[in-house]
Amino acid sequence: MSDHTSHAPNRSGLWDWLTTVDHKKIGILYLIAGGFFFILGGVEAMLIRLQLIYPEAKFVAAGTFNELITMHGTTMIFLAVMPVIFGLMNAIVPLQIGARDVAFPFVNALGFWLAALGGLLLNTSWFLGGAPDVGWTAYATLSSNHKFSTLGTDFYVLGLQIAGLGTLIGGINFLVTIINMRAPGMTFMRMPLFTWSSFVTSALILFAFPALTVGLVFLMFDRIFGANFFNPDAGGNIVIWEHIFWIFGHPEVYILILPAFGIISEVVSTFSKKRLFGYSSMVFATILIGFLGFMVWAHHMFTTGLGPIANTLFGIATMLIAVPTGIKIFNWLLTLWGGHIRFTTANLFAVGFIPTFTIGGMTGVMLAVPPADYQYHDSYFVVAHFHYVIVGGLVFGLFAGLYYWWPKMFGKLLNETLGKWHFWTFFIGFHLTFFPQHFLGLMGMPRRVFTYLPGQNLEMGNLISSIGVIGMALGSIIFAINMVVAAKSKKAAGNDPWDARTLEWAIPSPAPEYNFAQTPLVRGLDALWTEKMAGNKGMTPAEPLGSIHMPSPSFLPFLMSLGLFVAGYGFIYAGQWGTYIVAIAGIAFTLLCMLLRSLYDDHGYHIEPDEIEEKGVKA
Amino acid sequence: MAADHAVNTVLPDEPEKATLEGKNKVLGFWLFLGGETVLFGTLFATFIALRDQVNGGPSAQELFDMKIVAWATFLLLTSSLTSVFATMALHKHNLKAVQGWLVITVLLGLGFLGLEIYEFYHYVHEELGMTTSAFSSSFYTLVGFHGGHVAFGICWITGLIIQSMKKGLTVVTAPKFYVAGLYWHFIDVVWVFIFTVVYLMGMIGGKAVA
Repeated sequence: MSDHTSHAPNRSGLWDWLTTVDHKKIGILYLIAGGFFFILGGVEAMLIRLQLIYPEAKFVAAGTFNELITMHGTTMIFLAVMPVIFGLMNAIVPLQIGARDVAFPFVNALGFWLAALGGLLLNTSWFLGGAPDVGWTAYATLSSNHKFSTLGTDFYVLGLQIAGLGTLIGGINFLVTIINMRAPGMTFMRMPLFTWSSFVTSALILFAFPALTVGLVFLMFDRIFGANFFNPDAGGNIVIWEHIFWIFGHPEVYILILPAFGIISEVVSTFSKKRLFGYSSMVFATILIGFLGFMVWAHHMFTTGLGPIANTLFGIATMLIAVPTGIKIFNWLLTLWGGHIRFTTANLFAVGFIPTFTIGGMTGVMLAVPPADYQYHDSYFVVAHFHYVIVGGLVFGLFAGLYYWWPKMFGKLLNETLGKWHFWTFFIGFHLTFFPQHFLGLMGMPRRVFTYLPGQNLEMGNLISSIGVIGMALGSIIFAINMVVAAKSKKAAGNDPWDARTLEWAIPSPAPEYNFAQTPLVRGLDALWTEKMAGNKGMTPAEPLGSIHMPSPSFLPFLMSLGLFVAGYGFIYAGQWGTYIVAIAGIAFTLLCMLLRSLYDDHGYHIEPDEIEEKGVKA
Repeated sequence: MAADHAVNTVLPDEPEKATLEGKNKVLGFWLFLGGETVLFGTLFATFIALRDQVNGGPSAQELFDMKIVAWATFLLLTSSLTSVFATMALHKHNLKAVQGWLVITVLLGLGFLGLEIYEFYHYVHEELGMTTSAFSSSFYTLVGFHGGHVAFGICWITGLIIQSMKKGLTVVTAPKFYVAGLYWHFIDVVWVFIFTVVYLMGMIGGKAVA
């Protein structure tokens, strides 16, 4: 507990990764976790398409199929794309605003470990009596009544609860970082679009995730303590679950897509060598989409029977979202217009994103018409729609971001030839898989069925759809190979391989642990480009070279998460074991770690100017 | 330049916001309370939707003993006042007063919690369990979540009082006191809504036994 620990802690290997509070390392951890779950969710998707390749196939049993669709949706949304989004936010946002660190490095690490261990808890259900099989939306009473659902649903409830806590505190961390820690001159209206979209996404997380927390608490109390929230026999109301789930669930889709919008804005602008067209309208559209995202949840419930007035209002509110989204589409097109365009892999994904996402947005407007929705509801048309926005929108955006920022994160460029193979196989495979599903849905094929009958004109569409999966799998494998190739490559990427515009490209790749040796002075939108145009070599520093204060690494975030992880099993098995002792012990352990964190203040350590110069010369 | 150098110097006027760490903590905590508002909002909405579903069990009108609830409200609202006095003392750099007012706050909070536990105990004996009805489930969950927040706050503030005996009032400890004060206010405001929506509306509104 000494007041001065000015030397840097010397940690390496696994211990370093378990205790790190460096946002760049946490970003990499998020990418590893997200990549792992992406593979799991992808294998689940392949098994789903294998079962549906021809009528009355028997590759997987009906019960297993239900587990697969539940886990595919849950894994991809909560455990694959959310961590990758957080990975990029961690790696890039502090650099883009000229900050040395995030506001709460310790909380940041805690957020990662909660998300990772929550996801792990959920996935252990495969080995412990079967995964959840009630759909990723877990509608009551299917999910709330033990007669209809297995222990797997308890894994769903506890796993998502723990992962959701991690996401919530991660969101708060980024809000405070962006509000409080911008470099001098980095006004809100000079922030790069990726930072803006991360900011709005974090605000959505803050106000949407607590609703999920409460919904999961109700479900847990119904299942474990015999409460009656969703038990109609005792006066409970199942529509409450639908409302709560979608009050969280609809903002969640904007939590996912907004960062992709931000990435596309950065990539399109950099590779067109032009300032982003309509910057302020882009900012306005991002905020408006975030706001409207909270006003439309009942469009998932048109067929629930809320009545024509409610359906009309929610339908119109939903269509309104097409306006700011349209503003964005046109701004990207006009950024490309007349630009000096380079079709790097990152830009290919960005350019591929625009028409693909527009198709997904268009089917979204079709679904927003309540009478039409009565026809589309729970059909493959819906499946096609949300895969067009989530895969064709978000995943394309994430790939664009990964190719774009990979050199900044790892110091090496991903191979462009492999990247182009990745793009084309994935892009063609994606459209082959999901385009026919629109028509399957319009022809009446319901979603979530494990097979279909021959002679109903569904064979061709399903066959093409299943073949398309090969393209996406191939693309993902090529991407994996590309990562290995990049890691083995000896060629350093350099500070600014893309001749880019924003602050993160002004510092070495990968960024040193203190990010900026001297806090930069920001003098315009596209801070680095402003300096380039003024004929300067780099950013003008806003302060003299001085000693830099850094937070100490800590093992407590991992331990806190471990406590809740154990408590999760304690609650899941409380009924079988007949005791809550494990659950109580796990929570008590987490509280004890919190107490330790409060009692022992972290005074951090300092990096002195001579060390900075040494490292600076090396880079 | 770092926080630890300021320990030995004179405290600034608002010590909780004197360092970047402190500013971050205060802002982050306000945002956290925004999330908590959604959390309790969802609990309230569900309670309002289910409060008449008594499933043959006791209803709010039959159960509630306003005398206990009035005392509990009195204790908690008073504790909110004493926590303000603690924050005011913080701004005057008077550690002894901060500790004193916080001890009173904790004692009042304990009194509130004792009454709530007695109240729940009493209701269980009146045949209102967690599993009785949708009303009982939503009542115990909403009021219990608030009670859990009070209990956490008591432990937290007690921890702060104890560590401040050793650490004193610095730019590191000041944000902790300040943020705990915000938290205590928040759970007090939530109680005002519980008192109105659960207890007062429960006494005058709603159907009798369904």
